[in-house]
Amino acid sequence: MIRVLRLSARNLARYWRRSLLTAGLIVLGMVAVLLFVAVSASFKQIMIGQITDSMLGHLQVHQRGYVASIENLPLNLNMKPEMVARVEALLREMPEVEAVTPRLKFGAMLSDFEETTNIRLNGVVPEREAAAMPLLAGRLLDGEIRNGLLEPGALLLPELLARGMGVQVGDTVVLVATNVDGSVNGRTFLVQGVLDAVTGPGGRDGYLHIDDARALLRMEAPEVNQIAIRLQDPDQTERVARRLEQMLGEIVNPRGQPLLTVHTWDQLTPFANIARMIDLLDLFIRIMLVGIVLIAVMNVMIMSVYERVREIGTIAAIGTPPGRILALFVGEGVLLGVVGTLVGTLVSLGVVRLLNVWSVEFAFGRQEIVLAPALAPGDILWVAAIVVAVAAAASLQPAWKAARMDPNTALRHV
Amino acid sequence: MALVEASGLHKTYREGDVSVHAVRGIDFSIESGGFVAFVGPSGSGKSTVLNMIGCLDRATGGKLLVLDTDVAALGRREAADFRGANLGFVFQDFNLIPVLSAAENIEYPLLMVQNWPVAKRRARVAELLEAVGIADRADKRPDQLSGGQKQRVAVARALASKPKLVLADEPTANLDHVTALRIIDLMKAMRDEFGTTFVFSTHDPRIVDAAEEVFHLEDGRIVDGVGGST
Ligand SMILES: Nc1ncnc2c1ncn2[C@@H]1O[C@H](COP(=O)(O)OP(=O)(O)OP(=O)(O)O)[C@@H](O)[C@H]1O
Ligand SMILES: [Mg+2]
Repeated sequence: MIRVLRLSARNLARYWRRSLLTAGLIVLGMVAVLLFVAVSASFKQIMIGQITDSMLGHLQVHQRGYVASIENLPLNLNMKPEMVARVEALLREMPEVEAVTPRLKFGAMLSDFEETTNIRLNGVVPEREAAAMPLLAGRLLDGEIRNGLLEPGALLLPELLARGMGVQVGDTVVLVATNVDGSVNGRTFLVQGVLDAVTGPGGRDGYLHIDDARALLRMEAPEVNQIAIRLQDPDQTERVARRLEQMLGEIVNPRGQPLLTVHTWDQLTPFANIARMIDLLDLFIRIMLVGIVLIAVMNVMIMSVYERVREIGTIAAIGTPPGRILALFVGEGVLLGVVGTLVGTLVSLGVVRLLNVWSVEFAFGRQEIVLAPALAPGDILWVAAIVVAVAAAASLQPAWKAARMDPNTALRHV
Repeated sequence: MALVEASGLHKTYREGDVSVHAVRGIDFSIESGGFVAFVGPSGSGKSTVLNMIGCLDRATGGKLLVLDTDVAALGRREAADFRGANLGFVFQDFNLIPVLSAAENIEYPLLMVQNWPVAKRRARVAELLEAVGIADRADKRPDQLSGGQKQRVAVARALASKPKLVLADEPTANLDHVTALRIIDLMKAMRDEFGTTFVFSTHDPRIVDAAEEVFHLEDGRIVDGVGGST
């Protein structure tokens, strides 16, 4: 086998310009794919991380019907305290769950005594919200974290709103909310911090203490309308969601229908579609790589066989077994693939390294994203395997033709 | 028993409606250790006969035994194995492998056709380089060799795996007269040294004299039987 490969290598070296060009094409394709994979994976990971770790969590539990009307922030689909207690007890039994944060979401009017605007708010238990949303504190642009996240009587405002109204940290503002029976109530709050807006539902919400929220809404029982859950391992999201759904299925209404729903983060944000789109692009660019390698290698191998008909006739006449002639030409294709793969991998690793040193930033909506592209060994191996396999496949047909040549006819070829 | 035994050998090429009778029923036999020439004008069927003996072409009639093997019955793969094991070839255009040095070209059949161990290969290649007198050019690629040197390498390659029979179709046609005579002398010397039977073809009357047995072909037939000089 090694002797065959050595001869293949020499034949490649004979037409080194052409071989170099073909290998270069493979390198280019490989680098394009690996960079795309690295950058898109990093982008996806950052975006998903931001969404799950600062807003949505991995899973959310609501009363049935709440998610469908979440845009209206209804207050008549709250989970009663006993129900919340049961859910929390169940979640405590699940080792996959890292943290749980109950929320009371509602809409209100925000006024700084001059202007008034609408705001979406999350009433949260500060330390629990901070534990379940580790990236939330990092979104603070102005002000500071106190009491785990925020103090009673304090408010974290989204940046766009605060800027639009000219509200600063330390200012006093009024929140006016309509409670479930339609009566209106107002309270003053201190602006404790300003949060960076991020893409996704809840990326432009304000935060306040859940007790303040209940007082504002004149709520008698400690109800919540959302329970966000952070998991130890995000890859387990689907599995845990299914299990949780099954367990929560025991909580039913008098007609025997389950009262609660479980949603995974990707069911709650349109970014999931972007993520799917990226996966699709990833597939397309891989298919293109297959096409490039196939055409490049096949082209060069067809030429190679055509140019060397008499040589093939000679080695066949001498008695070289057809299988070995086949191997000789497939060897050339495979070597091209292997060399292209090796160089392509090295170049890709180098470029990824540079991208990390230079730190590529770009704005996605309002967000500044710093990409941290990385190549997983699995991705490299996968792409390399595709390239080498396709190179072998592409040389198979020309090699087959060479192996099947009649020596006499081939020798007569001019 | 003769090395090659032909009786009533026929070869007809069909190209569409036209049949070309390249060989029209010839009988001959070649003894082991012979130095035999097929001679005749262009188109007389020399290459066709040599190709049939060399299992590169199949007769359309008659019987042909090479080393007691009915070569017409061999399949593609069997024919390749038979050639690799028993025959050597020298071509008019040298047909060396351009990416291999002289020594590597000689080594090729031992490496790629048969599987000789490396030490044996080296020894055989050195022996042949010496025998054909190009030991000093061993590392040169074919494009760095003269025509005569190339044909010497080709003769050495044909002899590498110790075949019983070497077939050379017009081995001197691309060489000047002096070089041609040297190559024929070399082949004869190789026959003397290794006992290999040589069968070659030529239409050059000046080198025919070197052959020990000559078959004159004309229009696919052997004329005036066995002739030539010794
Ligand atoms: N593959 C083929 N297809 C058709 N006709 C062929 C083929 N090979 C040889 N012939 C014909 O058979 C006849 C004998 O050809 P052959 O090549 O054996 O002659 P030759 O004696 O070797 O001639 P030369 O001295 O020119 O090489 C010629 O008429 C030739 O055209
Ligand atoms: Mg001829």
